[in-house]
Amino acid sequence: MSHVLVPTTLEELWTFMAENPDAMIYAGGTDLLVKIRSCAVTTDCLICMERLNELKGVRVEAGEIIIGALTTHREMLDSPIVQRDLPLLYNALKNLGSPPIRNMGTLGGNIVTASPAGDTLPPLYISNAHLEIRSRNSSRRVPIESFILGPGRVDMRPGEILSQVVINKNTRFMVHHYEKVGRRSALACSVVSMAALMNISEDNTISEIRLAWGSVGPTVMRFRDIETFLVGRTLTVRGIEDAIRKVQQSVMPIDDVRASAAYRREVAGRLMLRLTGYASSR
Amino acid sequence: MIVSFELNGKEVHIETAPDRRAIDLLREDLGLTGTKESCGNGDCGACSILVDDKVRLSCLTLAAQLQGRKVVTIEGVCMETDGLHPLQESFVESGALQCGYCTPGMIIAIIDLLNSNPNPSRNEIREAISGNLCRCGAYQKILDAVEKVVRDRIERKS
Ligand SMILES: Cc1cc2nc3c(=O)[nH]c(=O)nc-3n(C[C@H](O)[C@H](O)[C@H](O)COP(=O)(O)OP(=O)(O)OC[C@H]3O[C@@H](n4cnc5c(N)ncnc54)[C@H](O)[C@@H]3O)c2cc1C
Ligand code: FES
Ligand code: FES
Repeated sequence: MSHVLVPTTLEELWTFMAENPDAMIYAGGTDLLVKIRSCAVTTDCLICMERLNELKGVRVEAGEIIIGALTTHREMLDSPIVQRDLPLLYNALKNLGSPPIRNMGTLGGNIVTASPAGDTLPPLYISNAHLEIRSRNSSRRVPIESFILGPGRVDMRPGEILSQVVINKNTRFMVHHYEKVGRRSALACSVVSMAALMNISEDNTISEIRLAWGSVGPTVMRFRDIETFLVGRTLTVRGIEDAIRKVQQSVMPIDDVRASAAYRREVAGRLMLRLTGYASSR
Repeated sequence: MIVSFELNGKEVHIETAPDRRAIDLLREDLGLTGTKESCGNGDCGACSILVDDKVRLSCLTLAAQLQGRKVVTIEGVCMETDGLHPLQESFVESGALQCGYCTPGMIIAIIDLLNSNPNPSRNEIREAISGNLCRCGAYQKILDAVEKVVRDRIERKS
């Protein structure tokens, strides 16, 4: 049997963490409790953070959008700020899990789990999101790209938690595209996913673009050289075919139960064809 | 520990291990076997319950998390109605089940939907039950049953 502590304030959380240095913390439990059930991890003490209202909710502060790490996926989808200012994250959240998983699972849990298939990650990467990591006595801000080190590995020390996510509005982009390829649309872990933010000029050339892929490497993959290469190219199949080939050469997928590496490589590139659908037909 | 919470309108105080899963607490300790377990992993929705009016999976919720909460299981959905809940009536009339194992979870998921969206489209109903698996494949009849309840409610209002 393990103890389960349910702090209601941050002060209480720090005390519980100090008194139980080996405790495992969780939020919605949709990743951790599944692992405990399958005996992949064991612990004598669990700390459930779901009642820490201090770390919940979406707000705007000094022009930045701040999302508490314990905000559930459903709370984000219901937030007028997310709907209006973070359409890319919104599109990714609609695809995450199922209604009960979205009621329970949190943004912080999705990030710290650091699965290459995590649906919020590609949008957060290309929105240049920063994470606030806190402990009882310290607080630091890190870009998400340097926080996530590998599958299931993050730059977090004992006594630290992820407290909030800081993102800039991405409404200056015309295109906020998220697509996830999986066996079925609900509940399926992605085989490949791609997030894109893009601006298009009047002559249908790409004037600005950011792209990130999930499930084709140990972490989310972003290739800034290919983004630069795409700027100025026409948004047609012909115009982006070289970039598609470059993406297929750059991704680092593996074979697993869900798909082969070869299939993932092929699809990762081809998902870019969808972007041509945003070209205007003037 | 002693967990205290509101269960189907009544206060419950029960001695339990804090890491006991809510599904085990409900079914084995409290005898409410309407809530089903199938996958135990969050994949099937059979174990859905309402916690503070929102659908949650009782297989991925621990007893300590229920402290002070308001819990409704399938046994409690007809608390405020005379006889069965209109959704239950409609499932029976429409034949929206074969073995019935997924039915409690489906009804809980739809109650959550109708609370926030009283007039859902067929697609919105589909989306709301996308976390609930029906091995018998009764999905079309389930959608019919929900649409019927929605239609009846709107007719009654006008
Ligand atoms: C059936 C099912 C379907 C799923 N489908 C998807 C899907 O489509 N897409 C997807 O991306 N994911 C999916 N998931 C995975 C999971 O639901 C999400 O990753 C979710 O966001 C995890 O959040 P949580 O709060 O439940 O995490 P928890 O299980 O509570 O925590 C996960 C890990 O993060 C740590 N942690 C959590 N919060 C913090 C914090 N604030 N600070 C420090 N550490 C923290 C915990 O210690 C733990 O190690 C699915 C899971 C299930 C069971
Ligand atoms: S038993 Fe809980 S989701 Fe399947
Ligand atoms: S009726 Fe048998 S599982 Fe749905």
